[in-house]
Order: sequence, then C-alpha cells, then structure tokens
Amino acid sequence: MTFSQINQILFEGFGVTCELFFLTLVFALPLGLLISFGSMAKLRPIAWVFRTIVWIIRGTPLMLQLFVIFYVPGFLLGRSPFAEIDNGRFIAALIAFVINYACYFSEIYRGGIESIPKGQYEAGAVLGLTKTQTFFHIVLMQVVKRILAPMSNEVITLVKDTSLARVIAVAEIFFINEMSLLSKGLIWPLFYIGVFFLLFVGVLTVLFNYLERKLSYYKV
Amino acid sequence: MAYLEVTNLRKSFGKTEVLRGIDFSMERGEVVAVIGASGGGKTTFLRCLNFLERADLGDILINDEKEGLAFSATAGYSDRQIRQMRLSFGLVFQSFNLFPQYTALKNVLLPMNLRAAEAIRKNKGISFSQRRAERKAAYAENGVRAKELLAEVGLADKMGHYPCELSGGQQQRVAIARALAQSPAILCFDEPTSALDPLLTAEVLHVIRELKEAGHTMIVVTHEMKFAREVADRVVFFADGNIEEEGAPEEVFDHPKSEKTRAFFAQSLE
Repeated sequence: MTFSQINQILFEGFGVTCELFFLTLVFALPLGLLISFGSMAKLRPIAWVFRTIVWIIRGTPLMLQLFVIFYVPGFLLGRSPFAEIDNGRFIAALIAFVINYACYFSEIYRGGIESIPKGQYEAGAVLGLTKTQTFFHIVLMQVVKRILAPMSNEVITLVKDTSLARVIAVAEIFFINEMSLLSKGLIWPLFYIGVFFLLFVGVLTVLFNYLERKLSYYKV
Repeated sequence: MAYLEVTNLRKSFGKTEVLRGIDFSMERGEVVAVIGASGGGKTTFLRCLNFLERADLGDILINDEKEGLAFSATAGYSDRQIRQMRLSFGLVFQSFNLFPQYTALKNVLLPMNLRAAEAIRKNKGISFSQRRAERKAAYAENGVRAKELLAEVGLADKMGHYPCELSGGQQQRVAIARALAQSPAILCFDEPTSALDPLLTAEVLHVIRELKEAGHTMIVVTHEMKFAREVADRVVFFADGNIEEEGAPEEVFDHPKSEKTRAFFAQSLE
C-alpha cells in the first residue's frame, strides 16, 4: 500500500472526526448556555432538574453515554431509529457528544456568569435596560473573556474525545485505521494519526491565543 | 406639593428593619445631602427609590408637569413599568459600575441607544423601513448628546478611552454623564467619592457642584461633611432606619438637636 493511499484513507477518517468536532461545537455551545440558565433558575425545582442532568452526564463515562444513545432506543422501540437512516451511527454519536459537552460547557458558562459583579446588572437596571438587553449587551462579552481559558481546555479535549465514537463504529479516523490499515499489520499509521491531532490542536491553540489577545484590550 | 414626596417607606431584610417608615420630600432644583453611620439605611433608601430593592410599604410621588409619577411600593408592577419608573431616578454608584468592555463614549451612548431601540420596537404602527430610519435618526441624535454630556463633565478628550485607562475620578464622571443621559427627574449619588482619594474626590465633587448650578435636583449620600455643608441645601441625617434630624446644613452641623446626631458628629470628628 503506498503512502498516498494510506493518506487518502486516513484523511477520509479525519474528515469524519472534524465533522463530529465542528457539529458538536455548533450545537453544544448554545445548548450549554440554555442548560446554564436552567441550572441558575430562580425556581428551585427547575435548577434541581438541570443540576441533576449535569451531574449524571458529567458523572458517567462518555463511552457509556454513546452506548446508551445508540442502543437503548432500539431496545425500547423494538427497532433502532439509527439503523433506519443514513449516517445513523454518526448522528447517534453526535447526539451523545452534544449532550455531554453541553453539560460541561454549561458549568463553565455558569461559573463565568456568576463571576460577573452584581453591579453590572444593577447598572443595566437603573439605566432602564431590560434583563435581556443587560445580558446580551453588557454581561455576555465579559463572560466570554473570562471563560476563554477553560473553554479552550474543553474544546481541545473534544478534539481527542471524538475518537470514542469508534465504539459504536462511527467511521472516524481510528475506526477507519483499524479496519483498513491496522488489520493489515500496519502499526506506524497510528503514530501518523498522532500528527493529525497535534496539528489540529496546534491550530486551535493559535486561534484561542488570538482571541485572548483580541479581548485583552480592556482589563476589569 | 413638593417635587418628590416619599411617604412611610419601609423595608426589612429578613428580621432586620432597615427603613422604618421614611417620610421625605424635596423641591425641584434642591440638593439634599444624606449623612449618617453605615447601616443607617441611607443606601437602602436610594435603592428603594430606584427599585433595585422593592420597599415593603410606602408611596413615592413625583410631581413633574412632564412625568408626574405616583407609585406605591407594594403595588404589583410589570417589568416595563418598573423600568419606566427607574428612568426618573438616575443613580451613580460608589463603585462606578462602568461597562469595562466599552469606551467612555459607548458607556454613555449604549444605554441611550438601547432605550431608543426598545421604544421604537414597541411602536407597532410603523413599517420596518420606517423603524430603521427612526432608529438611525435616534442614534445620531444620541451620539451628539452623549458627546455633549461627556464634555459637560470635563471628559471631551477621553471619549475613546476604556474605563481601565481612566482614573477613578474620571470613571465616576463618565458614570455621572451616563446617568444624566436618561434625563432623570432626580439624580441620586450613593457615596460617589468613597472609593476615591482626596484629589479625585475633589474633581467629582466639582462636577456635582456644577450640576447644582445647572439646576439639577439631587440626593447625595455622602461621608464628605465639608461638601455636604457647602453644597447641600438641606442635610438629612439617617440613623437606625429613621430620619433622625434634617434641616439647613448650618443648623444640623452647628446646632444638632438630636442626641444621635451629636454622637455621630463626635465620632466622625475623632
């Protein structure tokens, strides 16, 4: 097998890895915000519900969650909804990742939002702004600045967590590698895959550093 | 009838009574200094006027030909009504509470624009493009006004600076301009100079003096006795949730009638 053939195979898997990564972010970032609102709700029972969900999701392995999302609907309904659609496995993995990461993000958001001084909300209030205006125009950008470092951690972890999707046979890079290369006795592509991840995380690190610099024009 | 009339304002936090039935009134253009020991209820009084705290009982009445307002602290109001009432009372905080991510100009301008946008959005009778045109006109007008206000507080050359690049005194002056932008009937100050050194204190007090000359009606909670004596038309002494004594500065400072007032002055002079 030539190097370019191997490249092609790995790139295909890496494409799925990237897709899983980006789509997870697209859905989990806003969902996390909703969950954080839920867990800060003034109505205690609502906050309890959300905090319990976060506890369960953060308290169990992502691998278990992948199995549950993929297999349990099949057991309950008698037939698996994921088997009936194209990309069913990918979608199951995506759902598990979105829920899992949204819960982690929500806690980071909550920490950020609660760290904003009360005076900012009060200033918004006495200036006659609505709560929504105060949140989106005054608080949110300050939260973003504060949570950038923990978010970069979580996002980098997500890059590598995508490889867990192989347990439900999503054709991400490790699964493809195992089917096509490892099974033929090729060990070295495993290390080559490491380079893919290093480069990807390298790009993310540069991006987050850029954002941090971009937001460093003011101090609190 | 007085310009502002507050009747029997009461507020408790849990079992602690912070305001025990405050009766207070002031005339238009009057400057009232509120003094007293910490925990006497001064700040809570201002926060109740601004609806940052909901009083348990009492009435607040503003007699203004433009914006005559009467509200009972115990009545149920919608968020919108509360926002409307708040606009009558500007508030300048002890800790400035500027928005750190925006320049001095945008700190003044953004709330004006958001209020304008909100008012235009509520106007259902006009088309989308009309609304956009109105918004644009309002924003332009606000921009001019915001710059005027910053110039008024002596910050014409600092408009593009972020709060972190300004001294405490300058930050507080931005906060004053921001509060003035809502054209409040009464401008309230909550210990505006307590976070400042004497030099910066002087520059903020200078601005407040100028506001008095411009005819603004103001309530200033302060520990600056000299300032209270010189600038205020009337001094109100709060103790244990009551107005213990009030009157012209000379009266209160030089001939305090109440035992508590005398004790407070004795202590604060030590």
